[in-house]
Amino acid sequence: MFLKNALKYTMVAATIIVAASSCEVDPPIVEELPADNIRLIVPPGWPYPNYDFTGNPLTKEGFVLGRKLFYDPQLSRDNTVSCGSCHQQFAAFSHLDHVVSHGIDGLLGTRNAPGLFNLNWHTSFMWDGGVNHIEVQPTAPITNPVEMDESIANMVIKIQNDPSYTAMFKDAFGTETVTSQLIFRAITQFQGMLVSYNSKYDKYSRGEIILTASEQNGLNLFMDKCNSCHTAPLFTNMAFMNNGLDSVFTDAGRATITLLAADSGTFKVPSLRNVNLTRPYMHDGRFSTLSQVMDHYSSGVVNSSTISPGVVGGIPLTSTEKADLIAFLKTLSDTEFITDPRFNDPFAP
Amino acid sequence: MKNSIKILSALFLIGAVSLSSCKKDPDEEPTPTPTPAATTGSLALHFENMVGDSALVFNTQTYVTANSDSFTVSTFKYYISNIVLTKSGGGTYTESESYHLIDASDLATGEITLTNVPLGDYTGISFMIGVDSLRNVSGAQTGALDPANGMFWSWSSGYIMMKFEGNSPQSTAAANGLLFHVGGFSGANNTLKTVSPSFGVDVASVTTSATPEIHLKTDILELFTTPTNVDFSTLNTIHMPGANAKTIADNYADMFTVEHIHN
Repeated sequence: MFLKNALKYTMVAATIIVAASSCEVDPPIVEELPADNIRLIVPPGWPYPNYDFTGNPLTKEGFVLGRKLFYDPQLSRDNTVSCGSCHQQFAAFSHLDHVVSHGIDGLLGTRNAPGLFNLNWHTSFMWDGGVNHIEVQPTAPITNPVEMDESIANMVIKIQNDPSYTAMFKDAFGTETVTSQLIFRAITQFQGMLVSYNSKYDKYSRGEIILTASEQNGLNLFMDKCNSCHTAPLFTNMAFMNNGLDSVFTDAGRATITLLAADSGTFKVPSLRNVNLTRPYMHDGRFSTLSQVMDHYSSGVVNSSTISPGVVGGIPLTSTEKADLIAFLKTLSDTEFITDPRFNDPFAP
Repeated sequence: MKNSIKILSALFLIGAVSLSSCKKDPDEEPTPTPTPAATTGSLALHFENMVGDSALVFNTQTYVTANSDSFTVSTFKYYISNIVLTKSGGGTYTESESYHLIDASDLATGEITLTNVPLGDYTGISFMIGVDSLRNVSGAQTGALDPANGMFWSWSSGYIMMKFEGNSPQSTAAANGLLFHVGGFSGANNTLKTVSPSFGVDVASVTTSATPEIHLKTDILELFTTPTNVDFSTLNTIHMPGANAKTIADNYADMFTVEHIHN
């Protein structure tokens, strides 16, 4: 262990010396990722994921390439915005304290950036479910004029022309010819490795620890009142629901995609894992605290034509129940996930 | 004459073999396997994009629809996929990985050569206009299906099967624009069309020495008529799956005609 670290620091130091001493392209920092650490993860008791890297074999090289692409601002028109700009590891890959995110030229989007984890289990992506496959999900933020505003074709040219990628594509895919397919497959290898399954709740579920009385009471309340939509272990049922935020919809939500009146004002039920790390809340980031969310469900639900039957009339909660629910929701934070060195920014100094 | 020489030499060879000894010569080399005769050839498809009987000229040429609306064309692109040839006397040839993006501004894209086609006479063709539903839900694609080609909706996953852009004085859109991005692969929004433009009495003969060429006309006027006459004052912009996209797809299902076949 000591040796390994010493080696690492020597290499980093060498890199710094090289970087300081020449104007040439920095050599890539050699990653010390144990290969067996990059594998399909299916936590015990979970359903088998919808995406298991069939057709896109997961490798250490593919993962490392995908991680670099995820954090590379070259994927945006003016090379300022990366995926990681709005999906920060310390916030479970959401955008902490941003109601909506600012993309290129400081332009604002209309929806709150969700956390990224356990994506292999999803069959649709984005708040409106408009994206149908994990591999093509990156096309949406990359080409969105208020997010990264880059064309797929131009992105490919930029990555092809960046010599720091040449060997990485060769190692990951056996070719130096960059295509959008290979870029997206690599990003998918990175994003598909973002599995959060080591929260306090998970350790409790595995019989490793016990919960406090308040957390336990919150869990009981949750199973009774919330689990039908925020279904464990993923803490979402993947469905599109209207949770009673508005009577008039400024954002049609799912209906943007389906054009069906029945889908107006419905949005994909978000996972509540890491919820204490991913504020603000709701599709438009309107609530900045979990307390406000409790108050909404308890006494703020607004009727409308498409409201989910489960929230009609609200879900009345006492102040103790709210406190216990919040205590339980905090057990869904996964400290190991947000500090896992495999997922951090390779461009960071 | 030629044939009699062939027969004579064959007889002579048989004779020569029969006369040789029945005892196996241990030093005899094994007879090399003769190269089998070719069993496949090629067939070419040539798509010519036209507006009625006029050649397609971008931007400067004005055309008139069945609804008497005048228009110009700036973009015309469409997918052809899942090509199947019908053989005389039964049987079919199915092209593998059969996805082609035809861009009227790039003539080379209208020339499609099918290879490894079994020798024989072909009397029919069928293909899909657009990209089949499976490839719309199967993740990152490449080649003709690369989203870099600008025929993929990133916000609502799926391929644009046909993209037409232009202008019309009748259009109420900004700058009198026409924008018809037609797609949708499932349920009520399915715009996929499998069509079989007729060869008539013609036959495409695939031989070892000749590549037949099937000339097809793609008529842009058909986007805007049969069964529905499109009025550009009320329908000029389509950028997502839905009823309007289906209307145009129902119209363009008959935009292909086999003009002639060169053998």
